[in-house]
Amino acid sequence: MNVLEISNVQKSFGHEQVLIDVSLSVPDHTATVLIGASGSGKSTLLRCINLLETIDDGSIHLDGQEITDPRINVDAIRRQLGMVFQSFNLFPHMTVLQNITLAPERVQGVSPEQARADALELLGRFGLGEKADQYPDRLSGGQQQRVAIIRSLAVRPRLLMLDEVTSALDPVLVNEVLSLVRDLKSDGMTMVLATHEMGFATQVADQVCFLESGRIIERGTPEQVLQHPQNERTKEFLARVHEAGRL
Amino acid sequence: MTNKQRLTREDPGQTLLSVVSDRERERIAIRRAQSRQRILIATVSTVVVLGTLSIVIVASPGWKVVKETFFDLSYGHQVLHLVLRGLLTNLQLTVIASCAIAICAMGLALARTSQSAAMTPFRILATVYVDVFRGIPLLLVIFLIGFGVPALRIAGVTSNVTVLGTVAVIVTYSAYVAEVLRSGILSVHPSQRAAARSLGLSQAQTLRHVVLPQALKRVVPPLLNDLVALLKDTGLVSILGVTDAIRAAQIEGSRTFNYTPYVVAAILFLLITIPLTRYTDHVLARSISRQNAQGSV
Repeated sequence: MNVLEISNVQKSFGHEQVLIDVSLSVPDHTATVLIGASGSGKSTLLRCINLLETIDDGSIHLDGQEITDPRINVDAIRRQLGMVFQSFNLFPHMTVLQNITLAPERVQGVSPEQARADALELLGRFGLGEKADQYPDRLSGGQQQRVAIIRSLAVRPRLLMLDEVTSALDPVLVNEVLSLVRDLKSDGMTMVLATHEMGFATQVADQVCFLESGRIIERGTPEQVLQHPQNERTKEFLARVHEAGRL
Repeated sequence: MTNKQRLTREDPGQTLLSVVSDRERERIAIRRAQSRQRILIATVSTVVVLGTLSIVIVASPGWKVVKETFFDLSYGHQVLHLVLRGLLTNLQLTVIASCAIAICAMGLALARTSQSAAMTPFRILATVYVDVFRGIPLLLVIFLIGFGVPALRIAGVTSNVTVLGTVAVIVTYSAYVAEVLRSGILSVHPSQRAAARSLGLSQAQTLRHVVLPQALKRVVPPLLNDLVALLKDTGLVSILGVTDAIRAAQIEGSRTFNYTPYVVAAILFLLITIPLTRYTDHVLARSISRQNAQGSV
């Protein structure tokens, strides 16, 4: 069964249509990569899944349950979804450890000792063990983003969404974040990612979707979409990315 | 380069000096000379300005009279305990009022910034309240409550002027402080809320754990400003007949036609407000440097 089932989703901001008839299935333990230029609707789609935006038509199902039902408990749904942002959005007044334990303690009722132990275990696994008591501003961008990913993992989400998590990082730091995501993929985490890193997309994606002006223009395996694109606009986009040296 | 780093370079330990190059040693010497020169200029200009000012004041034709009526040391010493007792009233009113203001203002600020449908009437009421009481002079509110409420003669409602005066201060200051808190809440970037909500935190938990801690830290300086203003404005309650520091000074001053008690009251106010300001600055600076890698920004 598919973890996520997006059917004919429409979304507009004012007169501007940002998502047009978007449908997408995300099977368990797979990674779906959304590619496309800025403003093509990738982030909006992720925000709609996370219920940070209300869709105008269509439906989104999580594990068979319609989450776009207006009567749904939004907080209960979000607990099953992890979301990592381009700008990290760590809480600056809390230490790394407090950032990670906040949701497990307050939302899931995990005991402080257990939450702390779990957080330290995750931090250790991803090489950030000694940063536990630091404040986020003291960390490098790559470290901050890895903490942000760990923070969303700590609530054991059913689905992890990564919204251009490397766009704010320099090329050296990008790698440490991408290798963490690769680890998650091999652990079997179900993910939806928006990214500009085509090489990385090829490595982790089971499915690649190319969005333009709010539509999914082309989809398939990384090889189909990234190596042998059929659609002219996909070819154009990849050519431009290639020029920018990202492929 | 931050100030801190420059300081350590200018005043390095023995070990550091022994490893730096000759050129760097020259630069350190030049910087020292420059800093000596700056201190010299600052000292000279301070002496000149303050000296001129005091000469102008002391040489003025009325100085002798002013000195006797405003700066009579022995008389000042004599009335000190009276003014101090009055100041105690100011302090009591300030402590009680600031606790009440904190609660009321937070309620108003939360009501105004809430987005839930159920809070709509409170949101409207809070907006009207702030608009009204921020716009009326405190003195008028004190008159209206201090003289108006007893005139109603409602059973069980106090006619104690100290209590009514304090209520008037709380009513007005809650409006001011609510706006300061609201601006702090709105200054926390929406992405912080988005991050908290997507972790599954409820609206209230997001406010409690993510938004308010950051908001409050940012509004400490303006809140302190309001606290100092509050301490002084509690003196306005004296128009209802409460004997605070200003009133005590006034009573003494009008008895002897000597204004020294006013100066005594002024100095006493400063003795409270200046350390309070410095202490809060210190606490704030410490919390900022703990959070930021770059130290104070």
